Amino acid sequence: MNPRSQTARARSDLGTRESEAARDDRSPARPDGFAKASGSLAYADDARLEGMLFGATLRSPHPHARIRSAHWRPERAPAGAIGLLARDLTGPNGVQLLDDAWPILAGDGVHHVGEAVGLAAATSPEAAQAALAAFEIEYEPLPARTTPAEALPSDVFTELEILHGDVAHGFTQAAHIVEGTWRTARQEHVYIECQSMTAWIDTDDTLVVQGSMQCPYYVQNALSHALKRPAQRVRVVATPPGGGFGGKEDYPSLLALHVALLALATRHPVRISYDRHEDMLATSKRHPSEVHHRSGVDSDGRLTAMDVDILLDAGAYRTLSPVVLSRAVLHATGAYRCPNVRIRGRAVRTHTLPNGAFRGFGAPQVLFAVERQMDRIARAVGIDPLEIRLRNVLEPGDELPTGQVLDDSTSARLCLERVERETDFRRRWREHERQRSTISGDANGSRKGVGISLYLHGSGFTGNGEKRLASTVRARLRSDGRIELQTASVDMGQGSCIVLPMVAADACGLHVDDFVVAEPDTSRVPDSGPTVASRTSMIVAGEVALAAQEICGQIVDAWGKRIDSAEEARLEAGELLAGSRSEAFRQVARCHYLEYGASEVTRVHTPPAWQEFDEESYRGVAYPTYAFGADVAEVEVDPDTLQVRPLAVTAVCEVGRVLHPVLCRGQIEGGTLQAVGWALMEEAQCREGHLVNDRLATYLLPTVQDCPEIQVVLLEHPWNGVGTGAKGVGELPMNGAAPAVVAAIENATGLAIAELPATPERLLVELERQGLADRTQPS
Amino acid sequence: MHVLRPRSLHAALEDLASDARLRPMAGCTDFMVPGAATGADSDGILDLSLLSELRGIRWNDDWLEIGALTTFAEIAASNFVQEHFSALVEAARQVGGWQIQTRATLGGNIANASPAGDSLPVLLALDAELELSAAGGVRRIPYERFHVGYRETALGAGELITRIRLPRPAPNVHQSFRKVGTREAQAISKLSVALCARVDDGIVRDYRLAAGSLGPTPIRLREVERAVVGRTANSETADRAAEIATHQIHPIDDVRSSASYRRWAFARIVRRMTLDAYASSLQG
Ligand SMILES: Cc1cc2nc3c(=O)[nH]c(=O)nc-3n(C[C@H](O)[C@H](O)[C@H](O)COP(=O)(O)OP(=O)(O)OC[C@H]3O[C@@H](n4cnc5c(N)ncnc54)[C@H](O)[C@@H]3O)c2cc1C
Repeated sequence: MNPRSQTARARSDLGTRESEAARDDRSPARPDGFAKASGSLAYADDARLEGMLFGATLRSPHPHARIRSAHWRPERAPAGAIGLLARDLTGPNGVQLLDDAWPILAGDGVHHVGEAVGLAAATSPEAAQAALAAFEIEYEPLPARTTPAEALPSDVFTELEILHGDVAHGFTQAAHIVEGTWRTARQEHVYIECQSMTAWIDTDDTLVVQGSMQCPYYVQNALSHALKRPAQRVRVVATPPGGGFGGKEDYPSLLALHVALLALATRHPVRISYDRHEDMLATSKRHPSEVHHRSGVDSDGRLTAMDVDILLDAGAYRTLSPVVLSRAVLHATGAYRCPNVRIRGRAVRTHTLPNGAFRGFGAPQVLFAVERQMDRIARAVGIDPLEIRLRNVLEPGDELPTGQVLDDSTSARLCLERVERETDFRRRWREHERQRSTISGDANGSRKGVGISLYLHGSGFTGNGEKRLASTVRARLRSDGRIELQTASVDMGQGSCIVLPMVAADACGLHVDDFVVAEPDTSRVPDSGPTVASRTSMIVAGEVALAAQEICGQIVDAWGKRIDSAEEARLEAGELLAGSRSEAFRQVARCHYLEYGASEVTRVHTPPAWQEFDEESYRGVAYPTYAFGADVAEVEVDPDTLQVRPLAVTAVCEVGRVLHPVLCRGQIEGGTLQAVGWALMEEAQCREGHLVNDRLATYLLPTVQDCPEIQVVLLEHPWNGVGTGAKGVGELPMNGAAPAVVAAIENATGLAIAELPATPERLLVELERQGLADRTQPS
Repeated sequence: MHVLRPRSLHAALEDLASDARLRPMAGCTDFMVPGAATGADSDGILDLSLLSELRGIRWNDDWLEIGALTTFAEIAASNFVQEHFSALVEAARQVGGWQIQTRATLGGNIANASPAGDSLPVLLALDAELELSAAGGVRRIPYERFHVGYRETALGAGELITRIRLPRPAPNVHQSFRKVGTREAQAISKLSVALCARVDDGIVRDYRLAAGSLGPTPIRLREVERAVVGRTANSETADRAAEIATHQIHPIDDVRSSASYRRWAFARIVRRMTLDAYASSLQG
């Protein structure tokens, strides 16, 4: 009996279709919803432990300095406080990620403002803060390179190149050659819950670390590496995070080490919870980027050559930058077909905070660049923004710069056509272009404009990531007859706590309540990989469905063999699974538990053989498939203040299979708003290595009053390569809104902003550059 | 730290007279911000929130008197204010977000004396007067004389702001207020502008212009007023107002904006507001 036969049949008449509204009924409430809404859910900082101490962190005031000497003067600290410096570490002083070059505590020198230099623990958070005064550090400030321009050419962490066709030849075929340089800003995650971690030593000498994180096994790995403890003696428990957005992918490993070191030194439980200010000062941000495009198009506007040069500011340490850069180069040409491509990407070292994972993971930066570049090309050719996209859009069977041939779920054109149908974009864009030159100077009111973007997002981990991970999931029978789904995936709001039971129930013909999602605790759940890359609903949920189906099958088969009474005969095996007979199944399962105990099924994910990628040449299948989207944004610009009001964004997204329509829309609405904030106002400003706006009073993000009307259209093209047929939706919407909003500003005002965020101050600079600032009307 | 909660103004003023270190606390929205120049570091708190005599809005002859403890939400909802002081309603609706507006008081906004306080330019343009009370007695001063330097005020030791008084405006005075912030709510102003102007038969008869966030204190732009009153209301006059106005301000570059943007946007807004005043006089 194959649970996938039903879906397989549905897939045989493949084709993109709209996710029916009726499927909103298929959006059961998330089990933690009430506790979250009512405030009763316990987050990382909530539980108080007996004898718990609090930690505080001494941070570098310099972007770059040698540490001449470092001392802890206990006589200056509150009684009982302890202090730790790099020299107190007994293992390697490095946080294991891709490598272990990121120091746990700065040793000989500091490389960014806010870098951890010392740790103190005391009986209250205030006493721990006071204890920091007992550190005596002598710094010798050194020259700091705080921008990528200063870092080049010597300080490059990683350089990648993709070559496809013959770029030089492509430019000889071009009727127009268009260049552009596009920049984006450092963005702060602003998860609602700041980073928090607690460590203690259990009676059996197991180190337990509990806190807010996306990747329990990354944290376990880092602890085991630096503390030289076998993994079985390190238990990591993820509390329900109050948001993550990638910000709890790498940094929790460092914070976990800090609390673990203090707990090992004091033999007390130790907690560190950052307040917002410290969180902003210390944790990673979205990489600032500079992307240079040189493109050739023929006289019809068809791309003949694309030469793209990407520069990411990695900050002081490599951390995850090589992987971010990898996704950036792989998305650099957007959703367009071009026979001759050269892409170069570099991530450079500066004396600033290490930048890291953030929703989109390198793709939003390069998609902003390529989308604005396409608009510039359209103007050079003399066609509208929709037309340039339709002429170059990727189709099934097209080749990407990696040589990957696209499958027939490639739906970029459908997204474009649909967004045009929804918004009447072309007509409105032309009308605003015409009106812009005719409004008289004193006309009251604002200027409106519309902009379009087309985007994609590679599904799951890049390249051979899934192969290396070998994600493992487990389904285990509980004594109450329900099945526990064990994964290390963390629900940071995206809804895996309901999506995993849904796919399991679907596979077994049971109800979501027949399944329980295990708490992500490394002592109890297998390593299903990190909660990143929009992979949980696609990869992890796919394996969960199969494991659940297998264990249900075993239970029912065993029952079938044992049937000996007429009463029991009614619960025939086939009927059980076909008829959603939860009660009956649970009875059978309880009997099974009494007879055989907690049986379980473990599954390991193996990517399909055709998913081959060569990490040296960057040729092959970088992602098993791609999700697509097209946005149209409408803005209104105040001619007196150049303030931009985003009025509406229509997002048409093709995400493979929609598992939970309400949560899926929620991801697209949230990602769209996060992209609008990045487009218009969000920027962690850095001056000479110091963050200038390291508080929410000065780092501004959109409020509910700034939120445009967001219309989401979900298209489905269930794809049967891997897992559930979902292509991943967490990151996709982050790629679309920013270029569409900035294009709309250009449509409204004629001002093309090449650097995010597109603030009124930047619009004024552009107005002055065009020599129009003195005129009464910005046109 | 000790907290006193007097039940009458008299008692409050006595408390303040006997302990000069007491910090008055009204809606607490500035007070609570850690590290701010307001209250968090004070030795003692004088909680004014029980002083109902300092709440409410009423006419007293030709003056509208607003109790210092009146919140922005109450101001925006008042019929008197809506009918006669539309610029104040505009400002009240743009302070913080609605949660802040239900706690933040007009007296607190004035006493806090931030150059970015949103009600301040409006009160300047409306020719407001303040009633200041101490145990020893009550005095009134023109609001324009209240801010003497960056976060420095004319409030004496032992004094509270008790009332804000606004003269009844002439019937056809056009009022406007414009706040420019980074976002639609919870934004500290990059700049703010208030104008009260009267245009009769095409001539500017009255013109009172004030601005916030463009110098160490909110400012009344007297030179612009002198240059504009008596002139024909047209775009030339509006240009002139904008031109002179930009010479009277001292904007700075900071984390919120740039000096050049503030200057440019200010000129544009002054110009626009002046033209709007003219247009509204034509409509009658
Ligand atoms: C999130 C947020 C957003 C904000 N947004 C804005 C904004 O957009 N625009 C704006 O202008 N402000 C804003 N503020 C600041 C603040 O809300 C206002 O300044 C408010 O009017 C202060 O009033 P309050 O009653 O809360 O004063 P409190 O905080 O109670 O007191 C402020 C100061 O005034 C003194 N004081 C209070 N009442 C009197 C009195 N009667 N006599 C003498 N001294 C007195 C206190 O001692 C204290 O020094 C914001 C604040 C927050 C927290």
